[in-house]
Amino acid sequence: MLAQLNAAASLPEIVILVAAMLVLVVDLFIPDDRRHFSYWLTQLALLVAIAVTLTSVRLEAVTAFNGLVIDDMLADFLRLACFIAVSMVLFYSRSYLVARGMFRGEVFVLMLFTLLGMQVMITGNNFLTLYLGLELMSLSLYALVASWRDHTASAEAAMKYFVLGALASGMMLYGMSMIYGTTGSLDLATVARAIGARHDSPALLLLGLVFVVAALAFKLAVVPFHMWVPDVYDGAPTPVTVLVGTAPKIAAFAMALRLLSTALQGSSFDWQGMLIVLSVLSMVLGNVIAIAQTNIKRMLAYSTIANMGYMLLGLLTADRYGYSAAMFYVVVYALTSLGSFGMIMLLSRAGFEADQLDDFKGLNRRAPWWAFMMLLVMFSLAGLPPTVGFYAKFMVIEAVINDGFVWLAVVAVITSLIGAFYYLRVVKLMYFDDAADMQPITVRFDTQLVLSINGLLLLVLGILPQQLIARCAIALMHSNFP
Amino acid sequence: MPSWGEVTLAHYLVLGAILFAISMAGIFLNRRNVIIMLMAIELMLLAVNLNFIAFSRYLGDMAGQVFVFFILTIAAAESAIGLAILVLLFRNSGSIDVEKFDELKG
Repeated sequence: MLAQLNAAASLPEIVILVAAMLVLVVDLFIPDDRRHFSYWLTQLALLVAIAVTLTSVRLEAVTAFNGLVIDDMLADFLRLACFIAVSMVLFYSRSYLVARGMFRGEVFVLMLFTLLGMQVMITGNNFLTLYLGLELMSLSLYALVASWRDHTASAEAAMKYFVLGALASGMMLYGMSMIYGTTGSLDLATVARAIGARHDSPALLLLGLVFVVAALAFKLAVVPFHMWVPDVYDGAPTPVTVLVGTAPKIAAFAMALRLLSTALQGSSFDWQGMLIVLSVLSMVLGNVIAIAQTNIKRMLAYSTIANMGYMLLGLLTADRYGYSAAMFYVVVYALTSLGSFGMIMLLSRAGFEADQLDDFKGLNRRAPWWAFMMLLVMFSLAGLPPTVGFYAKFMVIEAVINDGFVWLAVVAVITSLIGAFYYLRVVKLMYFDDAADMQPITVRFDTQLVLSINGLLLLVLGILPQQLIARCAIALMHSNFP
Repeated sequence: MPSWGEVTLAHYLVLGAILFAISMAGIFLNRRNVIIMLMAIELMLLAVNLNFIAFSRYLGDMAGQVFVFFILTIAAAESAIGLAILVLLFRNSGSIDVEKFDELKG
């Protein structure tokens, strides 16, 4: 086989890798009171990566490293979404980290390595690269969850995340080994051809498929593989919670899309049924259990579970229209989720986490602008117009109806009505209850600016969603799906 | 039907499946010690390795064996992180008993 390196296709990955090493070394030589230097270096690296990705967008897909990696429109779009998400996480978490003595170089380095893992997952074109990306992302996340070292809940959450995450990786590998055994290749396109060439679906392939889907369900956090989600969201420091809840979901979506639609499209009839069960269970259980929560981080954890259920609606249609609806959903969800955790970090201060629902009481009297931002976030999560969450739900529901699953659409609408209850309860607490805590909100100007842009973006995209919808459709159109 | 004397692909797959099942049981039925959980995770990866090597030999394709090297490396990194978290946990709560981890509701 002729060596076909073509490393230029992985330029954004190289940028992030070099940046991570650079921050690691530079951070050694700067004193404690100048940590913000590593922070800005990280932000600069993200900006460079965004610029590099934007300049290398091209219509046709390019493979690199002998087909281990693929750079297509889908990869470019999702990479950009991850860069922006991580950059926003850093903007929101700065004051929180400083107040808890966690504003240290290793947090930034681990975030960059997490990001690198996500990029590898997004561009992976081979079981090996997908697995390596998944592990790089997960291992860095376990360490980040444990990074609040003197906090018992943080270590406990990390242990639970680690054991269940490692179990999921093991299941993914077991499934991959079965698929490798039946198709004789680790390359996604070759696997797809091998499955397409045969007319039966052997038991080994089905077994592999079940394990791979279960592991993906773990990473996407859908019922019945959701046990880790509430504990990790609750126990981890909030900047890590928001990181776990946003960009890795985009990467897990990309991995699911690559595995299911590129490699296993030939077995779509088999995985469709599994995804329907996962999706219905997540929508129902996620929304119902969220009602009973008094801790807003746990409530948002169950909201994540429910939202990933809606996202699966798009994926389970197994056609391009559904995939682009699911992609739009996951990007919108990440943006909304960033806003919700950004608000929690905005209200928190040294020794005060602002993680109870009651901490949002009377926010309108305390800070009307931030109450309005939280209102937009909650409306978007509930899927109410004129926010962008409405279009996200609308598109996945439309996709399943087009595919003939009217009953699934009915379940989705009923569960999102149930979900609206607990989202609107937050709005009620903010606008109609008396505040227990009148301390003024003081945060850095850049945090305020980015959080306001995030909130307003939910509204603007809700009024003018066409651009983003079209981008999602174009990205999928020019990707190499069989 | 293979004769009893020779070892075929099926034997390796069954052994792999048994190891995988033992490691699953080790994670879910274990109510005492986190270190046993870490051992079960290692065992799970080794079961997968056995599968990959058996298939690789059967198919005459090297890719499976190369995959195994990567899994071995990652297994080492994974235990390092797992043990680091374990040490942190022991320092904070003074125990590595699975049942005592109840600060979070689960």
